[in-house]
Amino acid sequence: MLYMNDIKVKVNDLTLHYGTNPALKNINMEIPEKMVTALIGPSGCGKTTFLRTLNRMNDLIDNIKIEGEIIIDGLNIYEKDIDVVNLRKKIGMIFQKSNPFAKSVYDNVAFGPRINGISQRNKLDEIVEYSLKQAAIWDEVKGRLHNSALSLSGGQQQRLCIARTLAVNPEIILMDEPASALDPISTAKIEELIHELKQQYTIIIVTHNMQQAARTSDFTAFFYLGELIEFNKTEVMFSNPAKKQTEDYITGRFG
Amino acid sequence: MNRNIKDKIVESLTGISVLLIIFIIVSILAVTIVGGWPNLNWTFLSEFPKDGMTKGGIFPAIVGTALMTIIMAIAAVPFGVITAIYLAEYASEKSVIAKTIRFAVKTLAVVPSIIFGLFGLGFFIGFIGKNIDGIFNGGELKWGQPNILWASLTMALLTLPVVIVSVEEAIRTIPKDLREASLALGATKWQTIKKVVIPGSVSGILTGTILAVSRGAGEVAPILFTGAAYFLSDLPHSLSDQFMSLGYHIYIMSTQSSNVDATLPIQFATTLVLLLLTFSLNGIAVTLRYRIRKRAR
Repeated sequence: MLYMNDIKVKVNDLTLHYGTNPALKNINMEIPEKMVTALIGPSGCGKTTFLRTLNRMNDLIDNIKIEGEIIIDGLNIYEKDIDVVNLRKKIGMIFQKSNPFAKSVYDNVAFGPRINGISQRNKLDEIVEYSLKQAAIWDEVKGRLHNSALSLSGGQQQRLCIARTLAVNPEIILMDEPASALDPISTAKIEELIHELKQQYTIIIVTHNMQQAARTSDFTAFFYLGELIEFNKTEVMFSNPAKKQTEDYITGRFG
Repeated sequence: MNRNIKDKIVESLTGISVLLIIFIIVSILAVTIVGGWPNLNWTFLSEFPKDGMTKGGIFPAIVGTALMTIIMAIAAVPFGVITAIYLAEYASEKSVIAKTIRFAVKTLAVVPSIIFGLFGLGFFIGFIGKNIDGIFNGGELKWGQPNILWASLTMALLTLPVVIVSVEEAIRTIPKDLREASLALGATKWQTIKKVVIPGSVSGILTGTILAVSRGAGEVAPILFTGAAYFLSDLPHSLSDQFMSLGYHIYIMSTQSSNVDATLPIQFATTLVLLLLTFSLNGIAVTLRYRIRKRAR
């Protein structure tokens, strides 16, 4: 077996069409638990589409057709009677552009717990503080929990969004180029955070940045034109890729 | 013909059109202000009409207009907001239902206002009111006649498209990112609408409300048969009372009064009050709408 950890997500023959255009072709993949898996590939290769199939975010798009299975903890999430709302509680998502609500820092983090019916003040206080600490932003915002989240810097907003996701207590965290709009210092903080979070969470991250993939991930998947070209331990992928296309992309010869 | 000459002609024509429009607006304002301003004072605003409307004020018409628009807004705004949410959030663009609703809203917006008045008379008074009287009042006439409730509801139908269009526009400017953030946290669609979409559309709901109120405050035809009174010596005390309204007051003074010339100063002053009211409401709405559009970009 390829990894020491258990398999958290198993993808079997996943194919996705936008209308008649195939965007993902016959993907098979086993994503290990409590590790960081990076999805890389040129723009339009299907990596973000793939990420969004994992929490069924693509359901929101009309005219999409999905075949195959994605098995998380033994359950195919594309089964008919799956409760998508519960699924999304288990699988958090961080977006490319930080997207805090136009509410206070506190209310942003408390959003998830509140929709789950938690309303006692001390319980919420506890969750908010814990989540902000986990997202390494508590010290920066503890004095202004009730200020608007939009008054924070871009990097802080992204870490706030991570705290907001952690507050729902997910098992998997999907990240769609979480640092692509941030400066190098904020990016470093996010990467450090990813390293901390993998003790507890399974993380799947889409990135355009090869160094970032090499630095942060344990496994790397290379997508090209809707196909999974290669999937292996990050150190192997970056030092000794099996496929020519992977090597060309990683060394910057195309993409 | 020389191309330069053509250009000059077109330029002059467009210029003249613009000047004409400005001239019309300025004339209306000038005539109203010159005629109305001298008669506009606190007594005029706070007293009942006297001596066959040749003296006194327009207090009951102001109160009546205000009450009618408030009841109208209470009816039209929630209904309009719910429709807008359906159109923006639930209906698929291509669905027959959505297309039918959109067609209905557009049609409703161009129906002549007098038709609403006739509809109100037939539906609210002749049908609903009569039946309420028949079932609950033993046939005694109470709701089966014109009153402020039926007039307000009739006006609500007229202003509904304004509310729907404004609210839908505001809902559509809420970024997809925010909806996705909410859904990704495990919120249901309704929780997302309640906690993200509606709070983000408050200014749109406000704009729609103000536009509806300003439209409703000025319209006369829908309330002509459904509740507006020629003259009342008292303010309305219940929903089954009739009421006086500014627009209708101007209409009766200029057409139904026994001495039209004697009411002329009051007509001008009433018109000025109505214009100031609708202009300022529209001003607020335009400012709010501008802020929404700025956010959309």
